[in-house]
Amino acid sequence: MSILLSEDFTFIVQGITGREAVNLTRECLDYGSKVVGGVTPGRKGREVHGVPVWDTVEQAVEHHGAPIDGAVVTVPPAFTKDAVMEAIENEIKLIVVVTERIPRRDVAEMVELANERGARIIGPNCLGLIVPGVCKMGGIGGPAKDAAKAYVAGSVGVMSRSGGMTTEISSTLTAAGLGVSTAVSIGGDAIIGSTYAELMPYFEEDSLTEAIVIYTEPGGRMEAELTEWREDVGSRLPIVAFMAGRFMDDEEMQGMSFGHAGTIVEGKEDSATEKIARLEAAGIPVVERIDEIPDAVKAKL
Amino acid sequence: MRFYEYESRRIVERAGIPVTDYGFCTTAAEARAAAERIGGETVVKSQVLTGGRMKAGGVKFASSPDEAAEHAAEILELEIGGHMPVGVLVDPKADVTQEYYAAVLWDGRAKRPMMLFSDMGGIDIEQVASEHPDHVGRGHLSNLHPIHDFKAKETVSRCGMTGSELNRATMILARLARLQRDYDMTLAEINPVARLGDGSFVALDAHMEMEDEAVGRHKQMLEEIGVDLSEPRELYEPSDFERNVKAIDAADHRGVIQGKDHGFSGNLGLVIGAGGGSLTLTDAVRSQGGKPANYAEIGGNPSVAKSKGLAMEVLRKEGVEKIAVMMSIVSNTRVDIVARGVIKACLELGKDPAETIAVFRIPGAWEEEGAKILDKYGIESGDRSVSMWEAAGTAVSKIQGAGDGG
Repeated sequence: MSILLSEDFTFIVQGITGREAVNLTRECLDYGSKVVGGVTPGRKGREVHGVPVWDTVEQAVEHHGAPIDGAVVTVPPAFTKDAVMEAIENEIKLIVVVTERIPRRDVAEMVELANERGARIIGPNCLGLIVPGVCKMGGIGGPAKDAAKAYVAGSVGVMSRSGGMTTEISSTLTAAGLGVSTAVSIGGDAIIGSTYAELMPYFEEDSLTEAIVIYTEPGGRMEAELTEWREDVGSRLPIVAFMAGRFMDDEEMQGMSFGHAGTIVEGKEDSATEKIARLEAAGIPVVERIDEIPDAVKAKL
Repeated sequence: MRFYEYESRRIVERAGIPVTDYGFCTTAAEARAAAERIGGETVVKSQVLTGGRMKAGGVKFASSPDEAAEHAAEILELEIGGHMPVGVLVDPKADVTQEYYAAVLWDGRAKRPMMLFSDMGGIDIEQVASEHPDHVGRGHLSNLHPIHDFKAKETVSRCGMTGSELNRATMILARLARLQRDYDMTLAEINPVARLGDGSFVALDAHMEMEDEAVGRHKQMLEEIGVDLSEPRELYEPSDFERNVKAIDAADHRGVIQGKDHGFSGNLGLVIGAGGGSLTLTDAVRSQGGKPANYAEIGGNPSVAKSKGLAMEVLRKEGVEKIAVMMSIVSNTRVDIVARGVIKACLELGKDPAETIAVFRIPGAWEEEGAKILDKYGIESGDRSVSMWEAAGTAVSKIQGAGDGG
């Protein structure tokens, strides 16, 4: 079992002829994912690693002859909103937005449309998601052989604001014999398609997932949303958190921005110290070291 | 992107929100002329991007044009929080009956813009919200639908307002909401909105911040209000280190490097990545008693030259004795290329790589090739079985064992 993806999950890559998209397509195909088409306006008729390229999502769906489940969007920031709208209008239900530096207004617009149409957006500014041994959607984990090394099927769901740290944490869980049910790089921006709390119901229903690990940073209110959700539904899943960027609480760092766009500390409530206190008060241990995560998870199982 | 007060005033004015007559002046003579045109008592305000102007003597009242000119001459020379003003704003001392607060900003949790309005303006809105919550009206906006006036009206009415004040305030808040959307403002705030003796409403002070990612699509508006996009608007002056790293990054499109040293003054240079990995590793160094000399981010598969460039800049920083080269598991960046780059940096500066590189911990793509190169130079390296915390600890203990003991 897993969340969002499955063995038969089909997806397209929008912006497939770009340098990074070509690599990503190769990696996903090698991993066994079903990449059924690609879209780059004006490039219809080409192929990328055997995947047919179309001008429109509509053409890709028509050629496939059945609804397509997902889309990975990796087009320049100025065109991202349009690409996502196109995917949603063509009945695609899961959209991973890889592109960085998209203005918040554009993200908010696509997320609102997705909500109205029953579609889900992961990202932007993310590496996608992976179900070990089943499907990899996006650049998460890198080339198939590297992804196989870091991600082994298991019982822990991972959600991370940092793409790279999704792999670091999953590798640690894999080495400790716990493994990963599904890992999601949710993106580091101030407004994202799917927050921890919005993905929790999927993990809650997944029989394989027994615990959750989140990676977080200063900025935003996503942890408060998570702890409230957990209390409201009386979730069965224990959660372990890791908070990076504690050093930003120091006085000499005030007003500076580090890491992701979302990591701009705007007020006391967004700081690492405040967030750690809030998570721990809600019964979510916050470990100081990545290598402490497996033991913290085992203690909760 | 932050705006000076006079620029915010221009933005608000363009959106159809009434403002009082004002003058942006860069000389005392211009300030005198502005005060003459405005008539009566005036306020002369320093135009800097930092807070605390009032306290620092950057805001002064004048009863005559001559006095306004005198104040302007002083304020134009007055440095506030390390910043020299770009000019002064001359405002009339308005005949205010009541002050209000209006703002539109992002609610990240709702993923929508939120309007705020209060009939208790001129003071800190957070204080009003906690002490008099019934005096703060709130209302969310859709991202997809047009901004209707009634949404602003509902928000204003929620703080208990009615009568002609409600209608006049509604017009201002609705226009502020359209401005926030049209120009990608992360914050669009008017504090105070003032009701004058004649019953009219005007914006007395405005604070605008535009999302950096959106600046490119508003070049025309920015040009029209006189913003010079080549002028930096940082909170502080970039250091030589920061400037140099930026230049190295810009010179080569392969990969991304970033370096910051504002607020850092330690002896352990950090060549680290990527985004989340850098935050994690900086914490790990500090938590184990290490003193980072800088913050850095490497990612996106940089060239040998770029990796070398960052390492050299870090090594050239005063007081840096050793560098730690560490990243979370990489899938795109090549381990061997970063290894070549940092070794080259040591050699070109006449330093022994084995001595200078306290630890090298980058697991992932091309790690076997990387390990061969590192072994050849006798550099201590670790694969993914060495945790980020342990690698940071190794670097800290080595630097504490060396030299002055950190």
